Amino acid sequence: MAGAAAHDHHDHKPKGWVRWVYSTNHKDIGTLYLIFAIMAGCVGGFLSVMMRWELAEPGIQIFHGLASMVYGVEGDAAIDAGKSMFNAFTTAHGLVMIFFMVMPALIGGFANWMVPIMIGAPDMAFPRMNNISFWLLPPAFILLVISAFMPSAPGAHGVGGGWTIYPPLSTSGQPGPAMDLAILSLHIAGASSILGAINFITTIFNMRAPGMTLHKMPLFAWSVLITAFLLLLSLPVLAGGITMLLTDRNFGTAFFAPEGGGDPILFQHLFWFFGHPEVYILILPGFGIVSHIVSTFSRKPIFGYLGMAYAMVAIGAVGFVVWAHHMYTTGISLDTQRYFVFATMVIAVPTGVKIFSWVATMWGGSISMKPPMLWAIGFIFLFTVGGVTGVQLANAGLDRSLHDTYYVVAHFHYVLSLGAVFAIFAAWYYWFPKMTGYMYSSAIANTHFWVTFVGVNLVFFPQHFLGLAGMPRRYIDYPDAYAGWNMVSSYGSYISAVGVLIFLFGVFEAFSKKRVAGASPWGEGATTLEWQLPSPPPFHQWEQLPKIK
Amino acid sequence: MSESMPTETQPVDPKKQRSNRMVAGMCIAFVGGMVGMAYAAVPLYAMFCQITGYGGTTQRVEQYSDKILDRTITVRFDANTSGGLPWDFKPVARDVQIKIGETTQIHYEAKNTFDVPTQGRATFNVTPDLAGAYFNKVECFCFTDTTLKPGETLDMPVVFFVDPEIVNVPELKDIKTITLSYTFFPIEGEKPVAAAPKVDGETKIINSDGKAGG
Repeated sequence: MAGAAAHDHHDHKPKGWVRWVYSTNHKDIGTLYLIFAIMAGCVGGFLSVMMRWELAEPGIQIFHGLASMVYGVEGDAAIDAGKSMFNAFTTAHGLVMIFFMVMPALIGGFANWMVPIMIGAPDMAFPRMNNISFWLLPPAFILLVISAFMPSAPGAHGVGGGWTIYPPLSTSGQPGPAMDLAILSLHIAGASSILGAINFITTIFNMRAPGMTLHKMPLFAWSVLITAFLLLLSLPVLAGGITMLLTDRNFGTAFFAPEGGGDPILFQHLFWFFGHPEVYILILPGFGIVSHIVSTFSRKPIFGYLGMAYAMVAIGAVGFVVWAHHMYTTGISLDTQRYFVFATMVIAVPTGVKIFSWVATMWGGSISMKPPMLWAIGFIFLFTVGGVTGVQLANAGLDRSLHDTYYVVAHFHYVLSLGAVFAIFAAWYYWFPKMTGYMYSSAIANTHFWVTFVGVNLVFFPQHFLGLAGMPRRYIDYPDAYAGWNMVSSYGSYISAVGVLIFLFGVFEAFSKKRVAGASPWGEGATTLEWQLPSPPPFHQWEQLPKIK
Repeated sequence: MSESMPTETQPVDPKKQRSNRMVAGMCIAFVGGMVGMAYAAVPLYAMFCQITGYGGTTQRVEQYSDKILDRTITVRFDANTSGGLPWDFKPVARDVQIKIGETTQIHYEAKNTFDVPTQGRATFNVTPDLAGAYFNKVECFCFTDTTLKPGETLDMPVVFFVDPEIVNVPELKDIKTITLSYTFFPIEGEKPVAAAPKVDGETKIINSDGKAGG
């Protein structure tokens, strides 16, 4: 078959479902990842809107009803089941958004699509492994969904310990099978990401076109390379940690059980050794994307290219030695706290280098406010807000009071929900014409931006106030004093949900109108290799390897 | 050459393929190494706690202190049971006031209030956590399996002193009180938690004691 295919026309592609299920083509797999991420994003978004609906007013609004609908319980049992269900929603929202939305979109989706093209490679280094990477994700996602319907603690369903799954709540606290399914889901999603990371590292090291040295490589490829290394270093530690959870739960080991000489705090160390780099895994590809967009729409090369690349390296490296800033309240000594405060604040330096370099790129540039640029500037602004609260939270003294309050929720949603997600949408509007060949409606894209921008800021900015006032996170209810800003926050979430609908409509509209985009719709500012190919690119690109000056 | 054309299952160049596999192999070795590191963290962490007293791990010593300071410190005693162990477990005295460095003996008492013999194992912890490194126990009843017959009472002594070095630690030099907490966990075979989401009639009575652990 391979011999026959070799003599066919280069644009030959398998037909029907075979093309997708058996796909070894990086662009098709990237498309699958993007579709998967959109669907998972809708699920995760639905969970968050339900939570905001619940939190709109003090008292229990909807979750007792949801619980009796889904689990068939009545009366007081429904209220108890509803409370656990809220916790399960919080947990699932976090896990879905991190593992099944942001990572598949940025790494599996855009990186799969664009990195080989950008470095002048015909495909990924291991096309079949690429296929496995993707097809591991749907089963992982299904396991997580099933876990929501399984018993956990007596009278409760679904994993309700937060995405951090700290023991003892995740061991003796929730004896039912829900937790085991979630752990398995994380194992499979982790395996998928590790395989993907190996593929990217090999591709970027071995398959660059002649003349494309590492120091000439586009920043998005740089960001993916660094992300892949972070994945390789951190995910196995999570895998180890959750395997210990699994054996503690099922096979009588006592890694985290004090009665057997274990220590629950050890899990927190293992988890955050993974968890902190993980947040950089979520944001670094976004950094790369924003660099390209800012440069394209300012019609200037990126300011301080090498500084930008090595700032990402520095963020990735320092990201591994700051994990205990999530654990200031676990009784670590003052000197240890001092170190972690210092190391954490050091990260603000390379991050500042990036922010200022983006601003410097725009400075004096011929800026056109096309939709991708709008999203990219939105990213820079909102990410900076999240970065500022991050520097505050880095202080052990302040964190003592803000730990586990809505201030933290506001902080990480500003960098992730408003940072990473804005980067994803920026990338979507930047590369959509390239990937599909069609141009979307700028009016819809701009509306999508403004509705989302207003919406998410309404959701998360008031949460700063709630956190400062002491409202703890992960509860279904709160004292009446917090009612006002919670109501604002909930309205923001409904507006953001409308934003998602506008986005989906925009996609539909673009495909139905079929406006031809052309090879390089963004003009002379777009200098990376993908814009030298037609839109959409041929099924196999770079049969003639591009020459890089 | 048409053979170098990328097909469904490229790449083609065997030299390139070998170097691809080498990079991938190194990556996999790396992943394996990191999983190993995660497991290596378990003994390393235990060792670290033992040496530094991190997380309230107390120190086990053979010798008494050769220095006794003029300052006194209050040591409080806390006792609880976990996982529904039907024991009445409490310190004989709730606290003692001792000189720093002075060796003291105190007693805990446990009584089985259930009608069958039950088995428990104690762990302990010191608050504030950092004081763990300066709380030296000469004799204690930690990590030994203890069986109590119905109604049996056991007296358990703890001999300890507070290391005079404690006054040189910036975080601890001003503290007036150290709390030593013991928790008795039941030993009922190694029952994996995930196996038993439901509680049957008999264990229900035990569970009604509540999990006051920690």
